[in-house]
Amino acid sequence: MSQNGCKTESRLERVLREGHFAVTAEVGPPKSASSKGISRHAAAIKEVADAINLTDNQTAIVRLCSLAAAVHVMQAGGEPVMQITCRDRNRIAIQSDLLGAYSLGVRNVLCLTGDHISFGNHPQARTVYDLDSVQLVKLVRDMRENRRFQNGEEIKVAPPRFFIGAAENPFADPVEFRALRLGKKVKAGADFIQTQAVFDIDRFARFMQVVRDMGLDEQVFILAGIVPTRSARALERTATVPGMVVPQELIDRMKGAADQEKEGVAIAVELISRLREIPGVRGVHIMAIAWEEIVPEIVREAGLLPRPRLEVPTPA
Amino acid sequence: MIIAEQKPIPEIAAQVRQCRKVLVLGCGGCVTVCQAGGEKEAEILASALRLMGVREGWDTAFDSMAITRQCDPEYLDGIARKVAEYDCVLSLGCGVGVNFLAERFPRTWVVPGLNTKGAGATLEAGVWEERCLACGDCILHLTGGICPIVRCSKSLLNGPCGGSQGGKCEISPDVACGWQLIYDRLKQLDRLDLLLEVREPKDWSRTHDGGLRRVVKEEARL
Ligand code: SF4
Ligand code: SF4
Repeated sequence: MSQNGCKTESRLERVLREGHFAVTAEVGPPKSASSKGISRHAAAIKEVADAINLTDNQTAIVRLCSLAAAVHVMQAGGEPVMQITCRDRNRIAIQSDLLGAYSLGVRNVLCLTGDHISFGNHPQARTVYDLDSVQLVKLVRDMRENRRFQNGEEIKVAPPRFFIGAAENPFADPVEFRALRLGKKVKAGADFIQTQAVFDIDRFARFMQVVRDMGLDEQVFILAGIVPTRSARALERTATVPGMVVPQELIDRMKGAADQEKEGVAIAVELISRLREIPGVRGVHIMAIAWEEIVPEIVREAGLLPRPRLEVPTPA
Repeated sequence: MIIAEQKPIPEIAAQVRQCRKVLVLGCGGCVTVCQAGGEKEAEILASALRLMGVREGWDTAFDSMAITRQCDPEYLDGIARKVAEYDCVLSLGCGVGVNFLAERFPRTWVVPGLNTKGAGATLEAGVWEERCLACGDCILHLTGGICPIVRCSKSLLNGPCGGSQGGKCEISPDVACGWQLIYDRLKQLDRLDLLLEVREPKDWSRTHDGGLRRVVKEEARL
């Protein structure tokens, strides 16, 4: 561990360990072999976010892979968080991708179970789920801390040293198990957590109370998820996604707004300011799905600029 | 038991319409219980195919019968003479039955009339559901007797994913979330401690991923 307490060369880790309220944002890779959109979004978002998440074939739809997308983000000057799901790759492929990603400079990963194949555009495909997200977290940790592959074999040189993220959905069921599951991810080795989109602040605050009672906020950096929506219809659709809870009053508010996009931004900004007040919340993760260009405005309006300027950390 | 359902008749017809004489062979085992391939189903299917043949003008004869079990060489021996009269056996056994017939009767064309779904049981009259994926390394003692491999759509081992809501799995409102079921049961039995441990990745080599599985019990061998 280096002097600032960092375990990795991740910039995001430094931002968090130095006590800044972190901002991360998501960029969805395209359904094409073009890097243009990623590079454009990355160039804009890197100024307002500490790291940029690249989704891994989200909702089981084939897209440019998160590893290549992460490299495009780096080429645009941003710091990527490469998402990895357990849906499409077994432990061999995942470890191979981890080695490759690290060799290319990726320093953050987010370990996910992955949306079921039935949601996507190839529902006839075979699901993998050789591992689950908790096991994936542990695998990445074991590579870093114990220099071991999943099978126990030693990584003799250059083990990948990732800053390890995991997700948690405080709004899914069984609701009493959610903080316990977060605890499992922490036990398995998660360094940071990005939560599912928060719309219901009261319910999220209750979740955080349990998290604090368990002392988990001291062991892991929790970034609360924000999904800005640009229309009442989009928000209604979001509400139907399994595991999402959207209070009716927010939907009504969007419906009644003269300018729904503006209202969407206002809601996101309000949610962020309320989340900042919840003890144990160490940052926000903005998932502006197919609306990435709005991220700078939201971060600015939320008063989260300028982002901390860090010196380049000395390599471990 | 093995649960299965009949293939759509046009699909079956396409398999047999070129044949001269077809034996529709039911099985008295699991597929009789799940009403997919017993004697009665064999009879009904044979007449449906006969009718279709008449209507569409193909020249195929269909007979039907059932044996006690198609997955047992002893019962297959018993129909060797009968099978020799046919150029095709349309099996209404599960996949195992079809395989065994093909192995036992190398000169006979054997085709499947069912789609085999898995190892399951009767849920209510007319409804059967799978309950075991034959993973080769049973962990039901860790999950209160409810199988996460088959009841969780992602076969997760460390608890429910973020898509579990209102007791339902994210894939469909018609599918119960297996992990919600496990959670409820362990809570009721005061064994939630079982869910707090980080479960290691499963040894999938004990499933079919490790190759063809065989069970040998030395003391039972002749
Ligand atoms: S754990 Fe394996 S053997 Fe046991 S019920 Fe589930 S699939 Fe079958
Ligand atoms: S919702 Fe439940 S059953 Fe469905 S994949 Fe998630 S944990 Fe498994």
